[in-house]
Amino acid sequence: MPGLVHVSTTINGNPTDFLCEPRQSLLEVLRDVLGMTGTKEGCNDGNCGACTVVFDGRIVTSCLVLGVEAQDKEITTIEGVATPEGLHPVQQAFLENAALQCGICTPGFIVATKALLDREPDADEGRIRHWLAGNLCRCTGYDKIVRAVLDAEDKMKA
Amino acid sequence: MEAIEFTTPKTIDEAVQAMASKGDRARALAGGTDLLVQLRGGRRSADLVVDLKEVPELNEISYRPGSGLTIGAATPCYRLYANADVAANYPGLVDSASLIGSIQIQGRASFGGNLCNSAPSADAIPPMIALGAVANIVGPSGSRQVPVEDFCTGPGRNVLEPGELLVSINIPAPAANSGANYLRFIPRNEMDIAVAGVGSAVVLDASGQNFVSARIALASVAPTPVFSKAAGDSLAGKAVSDEAIEEAARLAMEDAKPITDMRGTIRQRIHLVGVLTRRTLNNAIKRARGEE
Ligand SMILES: Cc1cc2nc3c(=O)[nH]c(=O)nc-3n(C[C@H](O)[C@H](O)[C@H](O)COP(=O)(O)OP(=O)(O)OC[C@H]3O[C@@H](n4cnc5c(N)ncnc54)[C@H](O)[C@@H]3O)c2cc1C
Ligand code: FES
Ligand code: FES
Repeated sequence: MPGLVHVSTTINGNPTDFLCEPRQSLLEVLRDVLGMTGTKEGCNDGNCGACTVVFDGRIVTSCLVLGVEAQDKEITTIEGVATPEGLHPVQQAFLENAALQCGICTPGFIVATKALLDREPDADEGRIRHWLAGNLCRCTGYDKIVRAVLDAEDKMKA
Repeated sequence: MEAIEFTTPKTIDEAVQAMASKGDRARALAGGTDLLVQLRGGRRSADLVVDLKEVPELNEISYRPGSGLTIGAATPCYRLYANADVAANYPGLVDSASLIGSIQIQGRASFGGNLCNSAPSADAIPPMIALGAVANIVGPSGSRQVPVEDFCTGPGRNVLEPGELLVSINIPAPAANSGANYLRFIPRNEMDIAVAGVGSAVVLDASGQNFVSARIALASVAPTPVFSKAAGDSLAGKAVSDEAIEEAARLAMEDAKPITDMRGTIRQRIHLVGVLTRRTLNNAIKRARGEE
């Protein structure tokens, strides 16, 4: 059986080392090896976006990345979104707009939304819906999420 | 997923050696958006996964006005639409790159992986065929080139021998007055598998009123992507007209040999090929005329 592999990476700005099996996904490594359970598993096959993280500057589904692929990469997870000063405006907007019910999809939506607004602070509703098409929510019906994203745009400009 | 070994070669030679060391028990990894799902679901198995993303030739996009575009086999979709040369010269490829999966999937999924996975529904393949793309393959016994229309041999099967790798895809420089478009039909707006898809590329004469040549390819209507040579050839030398486009659409429908499954019926799929052939030809003509 292949042994454990030593991987050195950067997660939320912190140099991080871990051991994993080559077959383990980055999602499994985050949750089961590193205990960072903010990133959620919905489908484990790339369809739901609950496991979204930023991987070298692009959002990806961490269930479709191997942990060993994290070598020398920069990763941002939901745990890296808030600051010691408080919640990120995207998080604040999701709370204020009741853009979540069970909450399992929320970390993925917030990571994906922040990645959009960092790059396109004026994204319109069509663009927001398109960008977030890879994030599924079974509870909210999406409208409150889209309203929260539009509100977050205002908050980030204020 | 069963236990695997993992290696990250830095050169083509190292990648070929790694592949050859395990024969058909080695699998290449580009974005992993097909492979990891298949390994996890037990639809494929492997002892060794060879990550191609650190081999420079598999990771670059280069464009020269004379020789055209070379897409490294492992470059993800987003790098195609983010590339100014691709956006300016190959909008037909951008159509595909920006509709495969989600933004997350586009951050990983490559055209090379799409081709090597060889799904009948693969969205990157019809526009590549329409644009006359050629696959550059390397293996233990040297390198060879295969036109993309001859690459797939069945669902999930292709011309690659065990140990062979796709290095890159070459697409000729666009001719003057040329344009291309890819469209698919899915029941929702995003994130679904094509019920049918059509890629069309046209070259017009300087007046923009006559076809010089055209190529048309179809998705999800046969065990492999279909190059509908008859449909494209029917347009060569004709004036641009609704009748000529209608005739090409009819010929494309004749080349569609779909099945009925949960995503669509034979009748619906053949009908869609007609609709999408007309639409993609009209869009390609607009692009060729610089109207869009
Ligand atoms: C949620 C989701 C949505 C999707 N939506 C679409 C869609 O809309 N349209 C669509 O067409 N596809 C879709 N796909 C399928 C997939 O994303 C695409 O086929 C993608 O282009 C595959 O590229 P990859 O780089 O991820 O390939 P990988 O998964 O890395 O590889 C695919 C196959 O090709 C082999 N391979 C890869 N590169 C090489 C090489 N250079 N040489 C030899 N063999 C190689 C691998 O061993 C594997 O068998 C979707 C997948 C998911 C999970
Ligand atoms: S758990 Fe990764 S996309 Fe659903
Ligand atoms: S809040 Fe429950 S899935 Fe989105």
